[in-house]
Amino acid sequence: MKQGIYTILDNVKIAERIYRMRLQGETEGMLAGQFVNILLPGRFLRRPISICNAENRILTLIYKVVGEGTHDMTQLQKGYQLDLLTCLGNGYDLSLAGDAPLLLGGGVGIPPLYLTAKKLREAGKKVKVILGFNTIAELFYEKEFQNLGCEVTVTTVDGSYGLKGFVTAALDGKQSYYYACGPLPMLKAIIKTVGENGEVSMEERMGCGFGVCVGCTLQTKNGFKRVCKDGPVFKSGELMVNEG
Amino acid sequence: MNYFRSQVTIKKIRMTSRLEVELSGVRLKNPVIPASGTFGFGEEFAQLYDLNLLGALAFKGTTREARYGNPLPRIAECGRYGMINAVGLQNPGVDHVLQKELPRLRTLFQGPVIANVSGFSLDDYAYTCEQLDKADGVSILEVNISCPNVHNGGMAFGTDPKAAADVTHTVKAVTHKPVYMKLSPNVTDIAAIARACEKAGADGICLVNTMLGMRIDIHRRKPVIANRYGGYSGAGIFPIALRMVNQVAKATQLPIIGCGGIESAEDVVEMMMAGATAVEIGAANLTQPLACKNIIDRLPELLNELKINDINDIIGIV
Repeated sequence: MKQGIYTILDNVKIAERIYRMRLQGETEGMLAGQFVNILLPGRFLRRPISICNAENRILTLIYKVVGEGTHDMTQLQKGYQLDLLTCLGNGYDLSLAGDAPLLLGGGVGIPPLYLTAKKLREAGKKVKVILGFNTIAELFYEKEFQNLGCEVTVTTVDGSYGLKGFVTAALDGKQSYYYACGPLPMLKAIIKTVGENGEVSMEERMGCGFGVCVGCTLQTKNGFKRVCKDGPVFKSGELMVNEG
Repeated sequence: MNYFRSQVTIKKIRMTSRLEVELSGVRLKNPVIPASGTFGFGEEFAQLYDLNLLGALAFKGTTREARYGNPLPRIAECGRYGMINAVGLQNPGVDHVLQKELPRLRTLFQGPVIANVSGFSLDDYAYTCEQLDKADGVSILEVNISCPNVHNGGMAFGTDPKAAADVTHTVKAVTHKPVYMKLSPNVTDIAAIARACEKAGADGICLVNTMLGMRIDIHRRKPVIANRYGGYSGAGIFPIALRMVNQVAKATQLPIIGCGGIESAEDVVEMMMAGATAVEIGAANLTQPLACKNIIDRLPELLNELKINDINDIIGIV
């Protein structure tokens, strides 16, 4: 965990209820799948947002407006300074990728897969990406993943763009390993369909975001785990997919 | 030359010792203690600063057996001034704490450790305190009779003077370490509870724990917290905590650890003027992990501004 002050470079809407904020500040040590926790004016608790990209002192965050806090975030302007806790969580284990990893993202679960894809491409992997949305109005980052040299498939639940259905509709079973992030039902469906040879990033309401309040505890096959500190990434085999 | 050197040394010693306080024979280099449940066993904070700056450290509430705690969500925000939690005493159990967590904590922090203990029966309190009594690395037992988030235990003991006295008696019988009873603000007469603890042999009082609260998700028409109610903490409870500390200070002779919504060095001074000998910082650690360090760094300067020579001079002056 580190703490730092970051300056907003831009903060723009990129899809329905989806915004991208870029900030200037220390990016060293940030890993794919980790998150930052942002102190917002007028809010007691920080807001945890996953890292989309981090390089050369530019941090990119993509967030969805889900409540008052994230709504407030959309109002923040260029030049505004924010207090961030960074390098939070464990991140994806890229050493397990194999030659042809598959990345599966649903909605606002997609952003952490961007830095993941970039690192895997830099390591010379053949990366396949499946991006799932409810509808075309929510689509973002298809081109950005293509520009990294990934093979990208888009699915929409209503069929308004790409393949109709959930991300599982685009599976071909040829991946060496998988990395997923998205809503819990999607993650459970992936584990049941694709199997346990992969890892998933979980989301939970957090207090501190760095492991001390134990507000976000998950029961796993290996005991109690804090989503913020022991996760947010868990091996698929650790999760109890048949419960809840 | 030597004369000047020794003058400088004396001045330095004076600068640090003016913050020193004492709780039942345990010396704290300053009155700032991270509160139980907001600091884990210290390792996350040790990444940001040297824990040995702290006056003492209260570790995560410990019970006889390991507990998962309550279902999620356990956390709800309350605007600008606080939060509600209903963690429900998740902890690895006293055996694990003594074997794993305490030894690791002692490598990070060599100052006085306050062991926070919870239970669901007198027998639970006795067993857990007896185990902790044997631990060299523990200076004070803080007995939590005020957790609002568990049924048939915790706060049930802290809202009735007789039950509070029973727990105090029970714990005093199994330990030689100072016993501080951690009280709930969810009572009509805090002075009566504190007096009952004093009469039963408590060495000190810590107050307040969280206030029972609630938030409702107006879109889902349901409580935000899965457990329905939870403990409200943060700056919003500071005036209430201050009032209760003052009432207990007037009602008993016991040393008090003041707790509830403290965020700044100014709050520390205010809490001590109300009657606290030391203070615990809780929710502020969760949102500002440097809170305790920043407060300790600021205190000497604030004492100068307020023309306070020794921090002990202000305890209970109001």
